[in-house]
Amino acid sequence: MQRVVLTVTKNEALTPLIYEMHLAGDVSGVTRAGQFVEIALDGLYLRRPISVCNYDEGELTLIYKVVGKGTDLMSQMAEGTQLDVLTGCGNGFNIDHECKKPLLVGGGVGVPPLYRLTRDLIARGKEVTVVLGFNTESEIFYADKFEALGAKVIIATADGSVGVKGFVTNAIAESGVEADYFYSCGPLPMLKALCNSLEIDGEVSLEERMGCGFGICMGCSIQTTKGAKRVCKEGPVFKKEEVIW
Amino acid sequence: MVRDLSVELCGVRLDNPVIPASGTFGFGKEMAEIYDINILGSISFKGTTRDARFGNPTPRIAECPSGLINSVGLQNPGVDAVIAHELPELRKIFRKPIIANISGFSIEEYVECCQKLDKEEQVAILEVNISCPNVHNGGMAFGTSPESAAAVTKAVKAVTTKPVFIKLSPNVTDIVAIAKACEEAGADGITLINTMLGMRIDIARRKPVIANKMGGFSGAAIFPIAVRMVYQVAHAVKIPVIGCGGVSSAEDVVEMMMAGATGVQVGAENLRNPYACKEIIEELPYVMERLGIEKLSDIIGIIE
Repeated sequence: MQRVVLTVTKNEALTPLIYEMHLAGDVSGVTRAGQFVEIALDGLYLRRPISVCNYDEGELTLIYKVVGKGTDLMSQMAEGTQLDVLTGCGNGFNIDHECKKPLLVGGGVGVPPLYRLTRDLIARGKEVTVVLGFNTESEIFYADKFEALGAKVIIATADGSVGVKGFVTNAIAESGVEADYFYSCGPLPMLKALCNSLEIDGEVSLEERMGCGFGICMGCSIQTTKGAKRVCKEGPVFKKEEVIW
Repeated sequence: MVRDLSVELCGVRLDNPVIPASGTFGFGKEMAEIYDINILGSISFKGTTRDARFGNPTPRIAECPSGLINSVGLQNPGVDAVIAHELPELRKIFRKPIIANISGFSIEEYVECCQKLDKEEQVAILEVNISCPNVHNGGMAFGTSPESAAAVTKAVKAVTTKPVFIKLSPNVTDIVAIAKACEEAGADGITLINTMLGMRIDIARRKPVIANKMGGFSGAAIFPIAVRMVYQVAHAVKIPVIGCGGVSSAEDVVEMMMAGATGVQVGAENLRNPYACKEIIEELPYVMERLGIEKLSDIIGIIE
């Protein structure tokens, strides 16, 4: 973990509630897809954990949904705004797990961390299928970007406006995807349904209300099959067999 | 001019009065990854109970203006695991005296934990927490009456030769009476305050934000209450006081000491700024210079 000052270089709405923010500065603290950052915001006591969508030297991309005071403040930030950010929080996905055909499943605002993961897996020569679940057409974002990386993209919408009607699990069943490992991030009911329906091994990124975000307050602890773990420190990514539903 | 930041707590000399408060610094490991924690005066480690505890269900955290409510519920690996695993690790990264924070659900449990931690060389002070608002049938229950506070104090004093500080709850009508009862029962010092009992409601979901409904409110918002209680207690007892509650800056440390604190704990601020203690310690000499303080211990309790 590192504490750095990053500058907002772009902050645009992708859908009415989903924003893409680019931050410039020293982001060398970010080392793996699936990690998150903790952003300090004026007037709010606790930092806000936001998953990392993508990172390159000197630049970080975050995609966040406006759900409360913190993300509302973020959505109003102009280019040039400087932010106090803790980078490199959490473990991230295991991109070196041995597999040939990984299946990546994202739901709503759980989609962003899968972007960098897709990039890393494709760079390792893997055949990546990405299943993205949204409520409706107007909430879809980044599907084209996943395709541009070279992934096969399948979309599910709850109302059927695009792709398969229903949940990501319906889309996986209908499309007959072949996969030997899975990675997922999204709402808890989706992760649970996925872990129950997929026979292959995999890992899921969990969410929990955090205090500090770096392992000292025990605010986000969960029980796992391997004992108590902190979502912010040992997680947010856990192996399928570790999670107690 | 070299400013003297050192203070002495019952014969234990600290290079400076700044101590991370229990539960906001773990056992030092995570913080040692980002800075050399030997800059600290001491560390009050994560509240330890006889048996391992997972603690309360999540959500355990609710944000508030200038603070937060937590309902962790004393998650810890239990005193034996703390002695076997955490303290040897802490010894590698921190070479100064440490404060062992102990919690319990019965007088017997407090006694057993104190007996075990008494044998640990690096433990300089036992801080007995009778003020945790997040557990039932124990914790705070001992800290809300002078009689039970005295009973715990007497029982643990009988099994240790180390200085015993009793950590008090602010959720009482007469903090002075409880502090005096601890002093009379043999306490070597008082730490105050623990968190204030608080609650938040998610008005859209019509549910408490915290799974356990209520929790301990801490952070900058409670600083004035902590200063007031430290002032009241420090002037009523002869034993030293460690001030705690909402301390967020070097100026707050000075204020707490002027109110009567010899040591000063920094809690919630560590959660929002992992470098809080380090920055406060580095800032202290400048604040002293500005205020014309040569020796920090000179200002302890100067407010009459």
